[in-house]
Amino acid sequence: MYRYDSFDQSLVSRRVAQFRDQTRRFLAGELTEDEFRPLRLQNGLYVQKHAPMLRVAIPYGLLSSLQLRKLAHIARTYDRGYGHFTTRQNVQFNWPRLEEVPEILAELAKVEMHAIQTSGNCIRNTTSDPFAGVAADEIVDPRPWTELVRQWSTIHPEFAFLPRKFKIAITGATRDRTAVLVHDIGAQAVRSEAGEIGFRVAAGGGQGRTPIVGHVIREFLPAQELLNYFDAILRVYNRHGRRDNKYKARIKILVREMTPAAFVREVEREWERLRGGPGTVPDDEIARLSAHFVDPPYADLPRSSAACLSALADSRPFSRWAARNVAAHKRNGYAIVTLSLKTTGVPPGDLTADRMDAVAELADRYSFGELRVTHEQNLVLADVPQSDLHALWLRLKELGLATPNIGLLTDIVCCPGGDFCSLANAKSIPIAEAIQRRFDDVDYLHDLGDIELNLSGCINACGHHHVGNIGILGVDKDGSEWYQVSLGGAQGNATSLGKVIGPSFAADEMPDVIERIVDVYVERRQPGESFIEAVRRLDIEPFRERVYATAD
Amino acid sequence: MPRLIRHGALADDRWTLLREARSLADVPAHGPVIVPLALWAAERSALSARGDVGVLLAPADDPAALGEDLATLPVIAIDFPTFVDGRGYSIARLLRERHGYLGELRAVGDVLRDQLYLMAECGFDAFVVRADRDAADALAGLVDFAGVYAPTVRAPQPWFRRRVAAAAT
Repeated sequence: MYRYDSFDQSLVSRRVAQFRDQTRRFLAGELTEDEFRPLRLQNGLYVQKHAPMLRVAIPYGLLSSLQLRKLAHIARTYDRGYGHFTTRQNVQFNWPRLEEVPEILAELAKVEMHAIQTSGNCIRNTTSDPFAGVAADEIVDPRPWTELVRQWSTIHPEFAFLPRKFKIAITGATRDRTAVLVHDIGAQAVRSEAGEIGFRVAAGGGQGRTPIVGHVIREFLPAQELLNYFDAILRVYNRHGRRDNKYKARIKILVREMTPAAFVREVEREWERLRGGPGTVPDDEIARLSAHFVDPPYADLPRSSAACLSALADSRPFSRWAARNVAAHKRNGYAIVTLSLKTTGVPPGDLTADRMDAVAELADRYSFGELRVTHEQNLVLADVPQSDLHALWLRLKELGLATPNIGLLTDIVCCPGGDFCSLANAKSIPIAEAIQRRFDDVDYLHDLGDIELNLSGCINACGHHHVGNIGILGVDKDGSEWYQVSLGGAQGNATSLGKVIGPSFAADEMPDVIERIVDVYVERRQPGESFIEAVRRLDIEPFRERVYATAD
Repeated sequence: MPRLIRHGALADDRWTLLREARSLADVPAHGPVIVPLALWAAERSALSARGDVGVLLAPADDPAALGEDLATLPVIAIDFPTFVDGRGYSIARLLRERHGYLGELRAVGDVLRDQLYLMAECGFDAFVVRADRDAADALAGLVDFAGVYAPTVRAPQPWFRRRVAAAAT
């Protein structure tokens, strides 16, 4: 993985020193709350319901075991012994003390991590494919490009005070695992007919209160022009994005109000002036960055492991786990393993410090000391020999991280919600848990197959409810918490936004509502038809009918 | 106490900023002044003849509107009505990089220590620090960092090119 050089390290250290001094001046009354707020946000620090919340970047989701141990140490020393993995490849600590945050940032800097621009109206942490470098469907490894973008966007002096936050996702694979179409910019690697590498660039996508699927604004951008083109997009947005109303300040509103065609013209005109300039990425630089992301020293293994195959035949629970939590690897004899952070009774995405240490040890033993975090709030060991799968599974079971539910109904994407977040209108964690408890029959869950259930505690949509096959949104009605249900959302190549099925429900009705929706699917599905395919074929009407007919 | 930082040091400010000037009647007959773009555009010949008149750009103004005056204007001020309005950073870069403006480029308005480094990278060489803040203290903000990755006005080559150059020497 990428290792800092002296320039990288010095930049991050200077940032820590800068924020230490800003915090000191704030506490001394030399900076007002309004002056300090954007500064602390751009260092990941929110003020939440109970305490500050610190959001730490995990650039493109890649983490070493050393870094994970540091996160465990921070959770133990400065927080309440756990962290929360978010839907944007960040990790959040919910209970730090403001006075201690500079110290936490200094600890992070020691392991080449930071919280720079994880919040605020600036370019946020760039997300990418959790299977980068190991997926079979990769056109180009996205990691050198995302690292390039991380560097470019870090303290980019022109774009520190944008109209609103700005999120970029980059994937190098044909199958989108990064939700590129619901980002301010989403770039997907493509190969031209001549064999050149480039990016298909989408802009103006996003969730929140105005969900919009991104518009492809350029089918083929030569890869070396990536930063020039991003500069052009950002400059048009910075100059013309609305600043009079924060609910209309995202780039998606600018694209809509200008029309995509006019927006593209403006971006292309700006790009023409930047094209070929100093921001053009030399091949040497990509080669330098790529050298940080070479394959680990894989062993030459047989295509499949006899021991693993016999364990699969012997153990139903193991084979069920393998069916959902293990994915194909580009390399013979290896596998990609997803550790579920969606065990019933544990808030989705949460991990205790002790388990962080245990996972770090597993990464060292089975996966070359590295792991990835996914935007679905799970962890990935990307390079596990198939012959080790059974031993790994046994250990994960002990840790409560082997729930065989990746991509299933109980693999719920969920924001921290009203229990923690001061923006939330409603709690989200207890609703997720109630649904997980209702669907506790593993065989039934596996029979249902792929169903993405996404849950947000407010319109800001951190739980990505708009692109959940089943989306749940917490709303406030006269001071009490209600839940609106939508169907038909999807992320990935066939991104779509869910449609609201009707009036919202009380919290205690939610497990019944989900059960009725699932019943309709089970009754009306065609052979081999997934939940989302059935919703697309049937539309929401039969689901709506069932849900409201029986709700008395 | 001086509020102006110019070329990295405190300096006396001889320029008077006339934010509200709407017509020539609002402009004193003598002494260097900075007037809003609208007034400059309306009274260009009278004002440019003086040689001691600069222009104030608001965040929504188009720097290209200054046209060939950019070659002779001694001062352009860019207004930050609030420090979280970042449009002035793009305007500054366009003036320096696209329009070749070489005169003084000053930040005025809600100008605070913690943004000075960013402003300097975008091409500002003068800063009128907000009246209730100590400009001497704000000087420290200019050296918060020693370079960033992206190409900037101050360092037109991005770090990935500077790195190669540094390694070669």
